[in-house]
Amino acid sequence: MNRITARMQELAARDETAFIPYITAGDPTLALSGEILLELERAGADVIEYGIPFSDPVADGIVIQEASQRALKHNVSLHDVVGQIRELRTKTKIPILLFSYFNPVLAYGIETFAQDCADVGADGVLCVDLPPEEAEDYKRIMVDAGIATVFLASPTTRTERMGLIARFSEGFLYYVSRAGVTGVRDQVETSVKGMVEEVKRHSDIPVAVGFGIAKPEQAEEVARYADGVVVGSAIVDCVGTNGESPELIERVGAFVRPLVEATKRAKAEVAS
Amino acid sequence: MASLETSSSAPKAPYSYPDKRGRYGAFGGRYVPETLMYPLEELEQAYVSACADPAFVARMDELRRDYIGRATPLYFARRLTEHLGGAKVYLKREDLCHTGAHKINNALGQVLLAERMNKKRIVAETGAGQHGVATATASALCGLECEVYMGTEDMARQSLNVFRMRLLGAKVTGVESGTKTLKDAINEAMRDWVTNVGDTHYVLGTVEGPHPYPVICRDFQSVIGKEMRAQLLEKENRSPDLLIACVGGGSNSAGLFFEFIEDDVRMIGVEAGGLGPETGKHAARFAGGVEGMLHGAMSYVLQDENGQIMGTHSVSAGLDYPSIGPEHAFWKQSGRVEYSYANDDEALDAFQLLSHLEGIIPALESAHAIAHACKVVPEMDKDQIVVVNLSGRGDKDVDQAARFILGDKGAGA
Repeated sequence: MNRITARMQELAARDETAFIPYITAGDPTLALSGEILLELERAGADVIEYGIPFSDPVADGIVIQEASQRALKHNVSLHDVVGQIRELRTKTKIPILLFSYFNPVLAYGIETFAQDCADVGADGVLCVDLPPEEAEDYKRIMVDAGIATVFLASPTTRTERMGLIARFSEGFLYYVSRAGVTGVRDQVETSVKGMVEEVKRHSDIPVAVGFGIAKPEQAEEVARYADGVVVGSAIVDCVGTNGESPELIERVGAFVRPLVEATKRAKAEVAS
Repeated sequence: MASLETSSSAPKAPYSYPDKRGRYGAFGGRYVPETLMYPLEELEQAYVSACADPAFVARMDELRRDYIGRATPLYFARRLTEHLGGAKVYLKREDLCHTGAHKINNALGQVLLAERMNKKRIVAETGAGQHGVATATASALCGLECEVYMGTEDMARQSLNVFRMRLLGAKVTGVESGTKTLKDAINEAMRDWVTNVGDTHYVLGTVEGPHPYPVICRDFQSVIGKEMRAQLLEKENRSPDLLIACVGGGSNSAGLFFEFIEDDVRMIGVEAGGLGPETGKHAARFAGGVEGMLHGAMSYVLQDENGQIMGTHSVSAGLDYPSIGPEHAFWKQSGRVEYSYANDDEALDAFQLLSHLEGIIPALESAHAIAHACKVVPEMDKDQIVVVNLSGRGDKDVDQAARFILGDKGAGA
């Protein structure tokens, strides 16, 4: 079974919410983002969202845009990241989801990309600007290669399309908690809980919630009803602030641990 | 040829692009983050219903006539024709539209659509500033709040248009990211739109972007070709032999070409060759681009081998963009339209030539079309007719052109 699907099922069986951190590959360097990935696993992450830098990241706020720019200064490419995952697989079995814009995947060639992901042990792909309506071939190719495909739903998604998105998603469905680009927010939108329940009426697929979650109390709140909590910009900001400082890895770990603890305690508290 | 035509029993299928999914053959589509799927459907429905609403159509007609100043003249360029010594050259005078370019045709239509969708706020991107000025103008007309995103590099070379937009009540926000030009302004406008979808409409200025933008913009611009057909019939009692227009995203060219797409009329789109495609400093997508996806549509894109979008260069901010409208990609691939390019220096020569010969200062964008006319018209017969779309006027470019032209002369003198 695909590692992402397997991990989400394991956690569901224990009534535990997945903690899914996002970092940009190549930020501050490819070697260091690999080190951060391993540290995130040690800190208790369940699935890693590993972002592919792109020159024109329209879905991202300033924090992840700048991370992309830092990575692109060293010309970090999708090929480089795929190659790095082969190496990382000698050290970790943590499920890895590649988060990309569609054009780098197109340029790589969808079939070659899917095959290479399978070969090196990348477990899933999320293309942020590829809705299911445009993804028929992509989905078939990924499924054939055993790669999980994560798709997005958002507050503007009409009920009629929820089923389609759920059907195309494998591993989990990513619910974007608010209209907008990635970035840290003070509060989680109040409508998120209802929307997660709405998705669950259409499908049994696990639902992870992301966009704007930055603090332990936000993670805990979302973790009570979601199957996964995604934290991106807040971690990327921590990476950006520390840059290539010798304390980088340690500080990212220290930043993430309270988020993991908050995520993990949410359902335990509800149960007790 | 005529006998072959008549002996064929199967009638030619009418041109029916885009299809329901917004596809032009392999190009176009709707590649956007999930949050934008619903607003795009909403826009498509609003557009379809507006087209079928006689009140909307009547309002557009009235504003085209009384506000934009249409129909724009079709002008016989006698001295340019004599100078080139070939086919007769007509200029479709979109430079005489209110605000100085064809951009208002689309901006006004889309702002009226926004009003119809009860949106209170307008966002737009701009390169040369013409689309920004047009959108700010239409927003003022309809009393809507307007914010225009513009690369800081473009703000520097088009400072007059920045002031015009502010004068019209728009907020102009500089974009510092990436190459600080049109593509980055589009990125930022899309980010604004995705954040404020509830009350905001994004007025995209060209035949680019996710469906239905390319078809909406083409349709609003197709008034150019429709008028021109009638005007030429009246003057010459015939159809043109060749149409020439510059192609950035491709809206003025699509507006001119679309009317004749099923006719036996040759068409040439002229891209920005910058310093020459061989230098890598250009915006000639068909000379250096490959198939790819940028800003929501599958098309030709200038990109590196890893799918990263490349920076472009052109003396003209309005043509300085790494992708091209998906319908143009389709026309290129099917062979229906020819595409060529004019380099910066050729455009600057044409800019001066038209000013001297006709007393018309063209936009640097439109000067690319004139430059190409200078190459092909002399080879044509005197009884043939060429129509060049003079998509905008050059007042905005005088500072920029002076730097290049006087700079060159200064170096030589």
